[in-house]
Amino acid sequence: MNTPLLQLSGLTKAYPGVIANKNVSFDIERGEVHALLGENGAGKSTLVKTIYGLVEPDSGTMLLEGQPFIPGEPRAARAAGIAMVFQHFSLFDAMNVAENIALGMENPPPQREIAAQVRAMSDQYGLPLDPDRIVGELSAGERQRVEIIRCLLQDPKLLIMDEPTSVLTPQEVAILFETLRKLSAEGTAILYISHKLEEIRTLCDKATVLRMGEVVGTCDPRATSAREMAELMVGSTLHVPEKPERPAGDVVLTLHGLSAAAPHRFGTALKEINLEVREGEILGIGGVAGNGQDELVAALSGEMRVRAAMLHYKNRDIGRLSPNRRRKIGVLTAPEERIGHAAAPDMSLTENTVLTAATRQELTSRGFVHWAKARAFAEGVIGGFDVRTPGPDNAARSLSGGNLQKFVIGREVMQNPDVLVVNQPTWGVDAAAAAAIRQALLDLAAKGAAVIVISQDLDELMEIADRFAALNEGRLSAPRPAKGLTVEEIGLMLGGAHDMEVAHVAE
Amino acid sequence: MIALEKRPQPSRGWTYATPILAVILTMICGGLLFAALGKNPFETIRTIFLDPLFSEFAFYYRPQLLIKGAPLVLIAIGLSFGFRAGIWNIGAEGQYIVGAICGAAVGLAFYPTESIFIFPLMVLAGAIGGFVWAMIPGVLRVKFGTNEILVSLMLVYVAEQLLASMALGALRNPEGMGFPGSRNLAQYDAASSWIDQSIGMHWGVVSAFIAVIFAYVALSRHIFGFHVRLAGQSPRAARFAGVNPGALILICMGLSGALAGLAGLFEVAGPAGQISIDFNIGYGFTAIIVAFLGRLHPIGILLAGGLMALTYIGGEIAQSNLGLPLAAIQMMQGMLLFFLLAVDVLTNYRVRFGQGKPA
Repeated sequence: MNTPLLQLSGLTKAYPGVIANKNVSFDIERGEVHALLGENGAGKSTLVKTIYGLVEPDSGTMLLEGQPFIPGEPRAARAAGIAMVFQHFSLFDAMNVAENIALGMENPPPQREIAAQVRAMSDQYGLPLDPDRIVGELSAGERQRVEIIRCLLQDPKLLIMDEPTSVLTPQEVAILFETLRKLSAEGTAILYISHKLEEIRTLCDKATVLRMGEVVGTCDPRATSAREMAELMVGSTLHVPEKPERPAGDVVLTLHGLSAAAPHRFGTALKEINLEVREGEILGIGGVAGNGQDELVAALSGEMRVRAAMLHYKNRDIGRLSPNRRRKIGVLTAPEERIGHAAAPDMSLTENTVLTAATRQELTSRGFVHWAKARAFAEGVIGGFDVRTPGPDNAARSLSGGNLQKFVIGREVMQNPDVLVVNQPTWGVDAAAAAAIRQALLDLAAKGAAVIVISQDLDELMEIADRFAALNEGRLSAPRPAKGLTVEEIGLMLGGAHDMEVAHVAE
Repeated sequence: MIALEKRPQPSRGWTYATPILAVILTMICGGLLFAALGKNPFETIRTIFLDPLFSEFAFYYRPQLLIKGAPLVLIAIGLSFGFRAGIWNIGAEGQYIVGAICGAAVGLAFYPTESIFIFPLMVLAGAIGGFVWAMIPGVLRVKFGTNEILVSLMLVYVAEQLLASMALGALRNPEGMGFPGSRNLAQYDAASSWIDQSIGMHWGVVSAFIAVIFAYVALSRHIFGFHVRLAGQSPRAARFAGVNPGALILICMGLSGALAGLAGLFEVAGPAGQISIDFNIGYGFTAIIVAFLGRLHPIGILLAGGLMALTYIGGEIAQSNLGLPLAAIQMMQGMLLFFLLAVDVLTNYRVRFGQGKPA
């Protein structure tokens, strides 16, 4: 059997104004862990959607085990032995694991049988998962396991994974990799999409790099440095952010026993968070998504008010100030969700400037908006942060994710905040844009602002943060200097902060 | 194969072109409908859309255009703020009735005193009446999370009962020989909303134009209008921008209620003249169509209100002159909204013709 499992040749798919895939050809062998690399908008998603039957290519052919393969819909792709774990999970929070898995099946067997299969699978591949638990209560890592087991029950020949580690702790990543290696040893091919080059270097046998829809190279990731791969992706030399040494200033923001109830059923309550943030420092807060990041950002931005004496800015109690009052005194926020939270998709960039900059940039007088002034500020952000767009009159939704992120961060940074809170500043952003955003945050801290960066990307936090703290189930560990922290220590902080707290109380 | 593709941003041209296209499609399909009913389609369309303006009796119909259009525009302007912010006040009809009752009650209380302060007091009372009636669903939504669509709609029927009871009881004309209905306010100078009855000009028409200008300025220049638009598009972003969702609901409900109440007051003190059992004729509901037909844009609403008034008047002419059934005219008005919503897709999507190639 020398034919590859899946051969792609000359796949092309064009959307109006953009060619998503241009003459893409490569092979995936049986049992191979094949990395698909590329910046945002390089065409990775379109390509895997083509393989999974969600997108019909304009031209080109696919051969599965030497036979022509034309999946008209995902069901056909699944029947042919192709399974996919999406970046965003499609699970129902209110149902248990076995019920969720049954929902994805054509002819689901009785619940008890599924539960037994789930247990067998989770033992076989070392993926701890209880089929009777309610999905809403699971961590992101456990939810991903539900999706993986759902795929494995189909006994796939090819498993596609889209950015699987973005929501996992280092320990969970280790478990996942163990599973994937086991699968690959049994002959299942894995197509692995990720931004994280170090991961690809440890896990993958082969890498195909896409740039602007075309294959620009293949490499053996074990023999190629992360920097070389990044430059292959970007097509130019990468600028690495510089972190200057700087003395710590005065404490500007104090969280004192900050607690808040969960704002909705699947939210996380904040529990007794104590923190001091100083002028000129970047405090990194790590943690797996859903451990209180959104709630902490809401409490700091003013979208969620907290009780008296819990939140102070330079000795002033700001816990009950509205978002705009906080902006006025210099506390600014950039939330994680670009579309619909940090920016309104159907509004122009000028209008999106008014969204947060109205108070601080004095874009209104007696309630009337100075559109010319707003437009000028938007142009400043576009120029200062290299936002690729024809102009400030374009709708936010017409920008790519990375460009909109640059706009959102730039909008806050250019308002010269004294405190800036950012959540996931480089989530889904390509390498070059991510470097630019990190540099901007470093520059802001160098000018004396206190910056809180909440992120799930530990490499990012280690690169820019002076101190590091971990958020776990709404509790924040005591911050430690980022310099010299090992991956194991961070992992313990992420997963174990809660346990330590309990042990402490038990003493 | 015909495919719809989402545009990267809404098409400016189509935003303006879709209402016109919808009117043309309505004329074509309406014409086919009239032809199927055995009428001459061209004559019918001409009767409905052109005769009110250009026939030999146009001198009589043109004032009607102002009289019918003014309440529609006034109410629709109020509704457009809520609709943009995703707050669905469906009960403008009820607020219109209560505004009329309150305003008329103030006027009748002063009868027969003549004073220049009476009419402004009535205007105030009308606005407050509509405002309070709209606050009921507003406060219930904010405090208890009830659905404002249902509550505001049901309050229309409550208001209708209140109207009947007023016409038969408290506000009945003591010199009316026991007939239901109040004194005629239009014949009571201090309370009349007429400016010049011969051209259909009353204070409601003036208010409608003022409302259009204020709404235009608020939506395009003021931070309040910006917050309204933002709340409708992205509620979370609005919160982030500092909008208090509860306050916005109350403001939008109150604004639409007050304008509907004003429309009711101007109507009862002018064209209708009196509080009667069948005082309300559905302006509050038709205004919903007008608001959407006008793209929730003040200028659009002004034009749409005119168009809607035109089809009402033209429809009446067609009924009396051509013997067209009322149902056929109502169907045509329904078509107008239907086509508008249908072609609306072109604003955000582009249609592509071409055959799909097998992969």
